[in-house]
Amino acid sequence: MRELLGTGVSSGVGVGPVRVVSDTVPEPPAEPFVGDPLAETERALAALEAVGRELESRAQTAGGEARDMLAAQALMARDPDLAGEIRIGISAGLTAARAVYESFGFYRELLSGASDYMSARVSDLDDVRDRAVARLMSLAVPGAPESDEPYVLITRDLAPADLALLDPRRVVAFVTEEGGPIGHTAILARAMGIPAIVSCPGALELKDGERVLVDGASGRLTVDPEDGQISRARAAERARAEAVGSATGPGRTKDGHPVPLLANIGGPKDVDRALASGAEGVGLFRSEYLFLDREVPLTEEQQIAAYREVLEAFPRVVVRVLDAGADKPLPFLPPAAVEPNPALGERGLRLLRRHPHVLRGQLRALAKAAEGLPADRLRVMAPMVTDAEEARLFTAACREAGLMQAGIMIEVPAAAIRARDIAEEVDFFSLGTNDLAQYVFAVDRQVTSLTRLQDPWRPALLDLMAFAAEAAVGAGKGCGVCGEAAADPVMACVLAGLGVTSLSMSAPSLPLVRAALAAHTLDECRAAAAAARAARTESQARQAARAALPALETLGL
Amino acid sequence: MAERLVRVESMVGLHSRPAAEFVKAAARCPVEVSVGRHTGELVNAKSILAVLALDARPGEHLRLCAEGEGAEEVLDRLASLFTQFSETNA
Repeated sequence: MRELLGTGVSSGVGVGPVRVVSDTVPEPPAEPFVGDPLAETERALAALEAVGRELESRAQTAGGEARDMLAAQALMARDPDLAGEIRIGISAGLTAARAVYESFGFYRELLSGASDYMSARVSDLDDVRDRAVARLMSLAVPGAPESDEPYVLITRDLAPADLALLDPRRVVAFVTEEGGPIGHTAILARAMGIPAIVSCPGALELKDGERVLVDGASGRLTVDPEDGQISRARAAERARAEAVGSATGPGRTKDGHPVPLLANIGGPKDVDRALASGAEGVGLFRSEYLFLDREVPLTEEQQIAAYREVLEAFPRVVVRVLDAGADKPLPFLPPAAVEPNPALGERGLRLLRRHPHVLRGQLRALAKAAEGLPADRLRVMAPMVTDAEEARLFTAACREAGLMQAGIMIEVPAAAIRARDIAEEVDFFSLGTNDLAQYVFAVDRQVTSLTRLQDPWRPALLDLMAFAAEAAVGAGKGCGVCGEAAADPVMACVLAGLGVTSLSMSAPSLPLVRAALAAHTLDECRAAAAAARAARTESQARQAARAALPALETLGL
Repeated sequence: MAERLVRVESMVGLHSRPAAEFVKAAARCPVEVSVGRHTGELVNAKSILAVLALDARPGEHLRLCAEGEGAEEVLDRLASLFTQFSETNA
């Protein structure tokens, strides 16, 4: 019996045979082709047509964004210019696989040189190429395998498009060798309710068909588990389910200290699920999601309607003004120049300072949406604020628009370190743990091979969060957390112990966090926070916090 | 050769879904259709990869060309797609 340990990102227990998806299709060798070039061309085009058909049928079963992406990929597979390049390649003596590979390479280069948006399409193009090359070389087609028997999916990392196509009835759990707790994979897995472990070293070396037990809460994968282990894991899962069922009402510790539990949303479409999970409000309305990937911009009236719908559903709503730039470019908020490192460039409030009319327009729309509602219902916050001067500017812009609750996100380490200066200028803080981790550990969120460095349990991040919370409490203001760290029930207790005043997360994570808080007193949370901060490594911090929280075991955590 | 000048009204430029819809419509046309910048080289409008590589941004002007029988009607239809993008833009 072997065990692998990764990071559990979506709780639940899954048992089944392993299917390992090899994600690398090799470059076809440039050997000369001897044979009938016409037949070889037919073979190449037939492979592309098969890929096009497959992608098209997947597009029809997928929904939303995934559908558009897959439909565009199907068009790429059937591209007539691409077919022309392939014909030329084969008649010049290339094999079908090599000609396909080189022809895609030509377009790959064209697209990589275009805008950021286009460069992001390069991975879609590579995926089409790999599918076609795999067919021509008789290799396994990358992506989720077809299987009638429920299985545990093992991959290096999982693209959101692949994940969207997984059938939760077939995939009992999935494990990625890379990927991190804040990646799309983790977020989508929780939303779909599939148990999942990410950054699990050794997972790719498992053999197809080996039976494993996946515990998405502890991050433990057990090869060839004994019955006793399976029943223990299931018992813990039941305990969690019971805890979730019995914890209702507003978020509070065992001794009644309130910690409002809020939902992160992208728009009115997420309201129902947030309400169903018992969210007491919205702690992060990512307003840029209303604009991303839209063919047409929202009019002011449409914006007002979207805000109003959310404001009417909850007693408190924190709207983040447009957080564009870096991985979320918006066409009407361009940075001044091409940036070698967009994560460190003009994004968030920095971009809005360049385009002040956009900020003014959004604040005006927000003020109109909140007309006639209680004054404390709408709170507005700015992303990527570095210092007190920027905070002051944003608060002034909000006041000018008639908005009385202005806050900032703490994502830049400088803002956390000097939170005391900034607390004077704003009405509240919200800790954006994902970006704060990216900046304090100097690790790009998109670099999956370095996600181990972005663990929110690292004491350096705990210290920064403590600085911000202490500064807010000292100034009599609120300090929430709206990063994925808040979704970890153990971390949620530590955050409450650090002085954080509200927790916002994706809706499915709320019930377990509510149960963990309700099972511990504020003093126990404070002791766990102090113990975690006293540790030297992330795993020691996790262990120390767990040791200080006695009810975790009965909750199955 | 028939020709039309159109303006890219879609917020995302001629990318994403607008590009896919344009290419699909062009592919259904019985004649050859090309597209390009006002002064630049023309590319095959039936090729998604060529159209994406144009990287046409919102507000840019593009030239649509077609040759052969029915070219005028084909261009009317394709140009109307651009107006549709702009109407939903309002």
